[in-house]
Parts: sequence; C-alpha cells; structure tokens
Amino acid sequence: MTAESQIEVLPPWCIKMTLQNILTQLGGGMLKTIILFFSTLIIALPLGLLVSFGRMSKLSIGKHFKPIKLITQIYISVMRGTPLMLQIMVVYFGPYYLFGIKISSAYQIYAAIIAFSINYAAYFAEIYRGGIESIPQGQYEAAKILGFSKSQTFFRIVFPQVMKRILPSITNEVITLVKDTSLAFVIAYAEMFTMAKRIAAKETSMIPFVAAGIFYYVFNLLVAIVMNRIEKKMAYYK
Amino acid sequence: MKMLEMKNIRKSFGDNEVLKNISFDVEKGEVLAIIGPSGSGKSTLLRSITQLETIDSGEIIICGDTLVSSTGYDGKAQYVSKKERAAISRHLGLVFQNFNLFPHFSVMRNITEAQRKVLGRSKEASEEIARKLLKKMGLENKENAYPCELSGGQQQRVSIARALALSPEILLFDEPTSALDPELTGEILKVIRELAEEKMTMIVVTHEMLFAEGVADKVIFMDKGYIIENGTPEEVFKNSENERTKAFLSNYNR
Ligand SMILES: Nc1ncnc2c1ncn2[C@@H]1O[C@H](COP(=O)(O)OP(=O)(O)OP(=O)(O)O)[C@@H](O)[C@H]1O
Ligand SMILES: [Mg+2]
Repeated sequence: MTAESQIEVLPPWCIKMTLQNILTQLGGGMLKTIILFFSTLIIALPLGLLVSFGRMSKLSIGKHFKPIKLITQIYISVMRGTPLMLQIMVVYFGPYYLFGIKISSAYQIYAAIIAFSINYAAYFAEIYRGGIESIPQGQYEAAKILGFSKSQTFFRIVFPQVMKRILPSITNEVITLVKDTSLAFVIAYAEMFTMAKRIAAKETSMIPFVAAGIFYYVFNLLVAIVMNRIEKKMAYYK
Repeated sequence: MKMLEMKNIRKSFGDNEVLKNISFDVEKGEVLAIIGPSGSGKSTLLRSITQLETIDSGEIIICGDTLVSSTGYDGKAQYVSKKERAAISRHLGLVFQNFNLFPHFSVMRNITEAQRKVLGRSKEASEEIARKLLKKMGLENKENAYPCELSGGQQQRVSIARALALSPEILLFDEPTSALDPELTGEILKVIRELAEEKMTMIVVTHEMLFAEGVADKVIFMDKGYIIENGTPEEVFKNSENERTKAFLSNYNR
C-alpha cells in the first residue's frame, strides 16, 4: 500500500488533528526536559565545586581521620556507583517509605531536579578536583609571594585556569545530561521521553519517538555549539 | 643598615636536616650570590626567607621586623602573627626558576593585578608603573601579549617586572636562568646587573659563577646544609683554602 492510498482511507482531518495533537503534547514534554536540564546545571555546577572542596579537605581529627573528606568520598562513590534511575526513585518515593509523607504529583519536578543535581554534582566534583589538582604548585607560590589572599588566589588565579582545563570534560557531562533527562520517566515526570512513550502507546505511532529523537539530537547539537564557542573564547592562551 | 638578618636557622624535612645552623646578614644595596651543589639547601633557604617554608628554629629579621625568633626555653621557632607576617612579606619579591607567570593574564595584567588587588593602587597608576617597568625590561611592545607567546627570557623579564611593581626592598632570585637556553641567560643577567647598579638589595641563587664573581658583593657557598664560605667574590673564588669549595669550583671550567 502506498502512502497516498493510506491517506485516502483515513479522513484527512484525522491525521492533521493527530499530528498537531502529538506535537503540542510533545511540546509540553520538551519544556519540562529543558527545565530539568537547566535546573540541574544551575544547581550541580556550584554544588560540585563545593563537594570537590570537601573531597580535598585536609581537616583531620587525630592523625589520619579526615571526616569531611571521608563523607564526600562516600557520597561521590555512591552517586557514581548506583544507577541514576534508582536514585531518582529513592528521592521521589523515599519520603513516603521513610516518613509516611503522602507524595503529590507536584513533587515530581522537585524530586527529578534534586536527584539529577546531587548525581551530577558528584561527577562535576571529580572533574573540578582533577582540574584543581592539575594547577602547578608554582601558581599558588607566586600568588602568595605577591600577597594575594587565599580566596583571591583561588578565584582570580586558580579557578579560571581550572575552567579552561576541565571544559571538555564538562561538555561531555552536559551532553550526557541531555540524554539522561529521559530517565525521569520512572517517576512519570512528564518530560519529553515520557510524553513520547505515552502518545506512542495511545496513537500506536512511531512519530512521537522520531520527534523525540530529533529533539534530543538538536538539543545536543546546540549544546555542542555553545560549548565550542566557550572553548574558543578561552583559547586565547595555552 | 641590615636588610636581612639570619641567625642560627635550622630546618629539617623529616629526618633530613637541610639547613644546619645558618647565619648571615645582608646589607642595604648589597648583592649576595648563593652558590653550591644541588641539594645543598639553597632553595630551602630562600623559601624560608619568603615564608614558603617554615623553619624549625632560629631567627629571621627582615628590614628590622622580626619574622620569627627562638627565644623560648625549647628553642623552637615562633612566628609573629599572620598579619605581621603578611606585612613583612611585602618587603620581599621573589623570582622563580620557571617564572610562574599567570598564563591566563596578559603581560600587563600579570604586572598590575597584585598592585591593584593587594596594594589597592588604581588601574591607571598600576598600568603606568607596569609600562615603566616593561620599558626598563625592553618589553614595551609586549603588554598585550600572553606569557605563552613569549620566549623564556622574555617571560622571566616579565616576572622580574611583576616582582618589582610591588616595590620590594629585597629581591630574591632562585636560579633565574636555569630554565633558559644558554643564549637567553645573558639578557636576564644583564637585567640583574642593571638592578645591582641601581643599588637594589638582592639575593641570587645561581650556578652562573662568572656572574656571581662579577656582580655580587658577597658570595655564600653552601654544601649539605652548611655555609662553607661567606665572603667577597675574591675571597671565595680566588683565595679559598677550603677543599670542598675548591672541588666545587673546579667543576666549573672557568
Ligand atoms: N618539600 C620537601 N620535602 C622534603 N624534602 C625536601 C623538600 N624540599 C627540599 N627537600 C630536600 O632538601 C634538600 C635541599 O633541597 P634544596 O631544594 O633546598 O636544594 P638546592 O640547593 O636548591 O638544590 P638545587 O641546586 O638542585 O636547586 C634536598 O635533599 C631535598 O631533597
Ligand atoms: Mg634549588
């Protein structure tokens, strides 16, 4: 059967309505994916820096016990060692199972953002740490001799150099994040992928999945372009 | 006038005693060269003066201000308060072997940043000072360059300008030419020589014996944490009776 003959079988308004429907519904999902994506970045990027400080903390009780370092180490290893999908479920259902708090669907978005943020903060923390530790000791020594305070040294001298060094790794994580947002379907957070799945089932159509695929691809293309711009901007020195 | 007084300095890394009862003075306008074999403690000595290392015992007085003393019954080094230490470190500038310029700052910003953020000078005032220094270093057209675009010798001259911009009273150098190709060492030594003519007080750790002999007012020869010689270049290079000094100097075919 050709496509033309199929159209003859179905009344034209029906296809039109369906496609329009699909796209509006997907549009809602798209918006939620974008909200989840940016919220996660806004929270996880600074939080990751804080966690990396904890991870490098030298504060010790007695000779070898470094409580802050230990806690952040455990945190990072749990976040990286368990599936993100599971973490999303724990954050979402945890309050009910632990404290008997009734979960409303309004909590979905918060649960998703919290889970993604604490998960990505762990990955970012390790990236920051690698970057910070790669800055030569001589930079700190030169800064100290010149009289810069500790915070001036970090924010004016160390951190800008760290950002340049870690940008490629951050880009990788951000691209992964775009795709990972689809995991929020486990708590029925109506992001792009959840909507696509729902509509596909209802309409027995592949179109929603194709549209979702295109959306993720284009989103990542934009991410790559933006990150590339930033990298170029930082390429003024070696 | 004494710019630096070092009295009975001791410093160990674990069991390894690196500075063994080091004492010497530096007068205003004097150039002191410190020579000695690798591992003899020269860098550790400079780093102790500039507070990049802490000493175990002894006394350091910089421009009349006591940085650390050991007057207690146990002889342990006692440093003055953090605030006083910061103030004392303003008397000193240090030039590193591998420059340690800030790679993400232009030449200009490398020289102005500390003037502005530490001394609180205005942008205009600090840039004027930077331009004067760059001119003096023969780098007047490089203010917008980044360190990676400069030769080693040029980078080292920027780092000297960066140190001078804070008007230190003593300028310390730790092997300022050792990371440079031989043909570039001359331009750095020339700058140090010019500063010596302006009566800048300097302490220079160096392996350039001709330079030490020609420019320094005093020469200290260190070996295994001890000061073996402390005298004029003539005394150390020509008339030393000490076997270790003679053996060390004979390694340099002069
Ligand atoms: N941070 C450190 N921890 C442990 N040991 C150190 C440290 N810094 C220096 N040392 C040791 O102290 C001794 C003196 O080192 P120092 O760097 O002062 O020598 P130097 O005279 O500057 O040598 P060179 O001519 O090679 O620069 C060496 O045995 C070195 O291994
Ligand atoms: Mg050394």
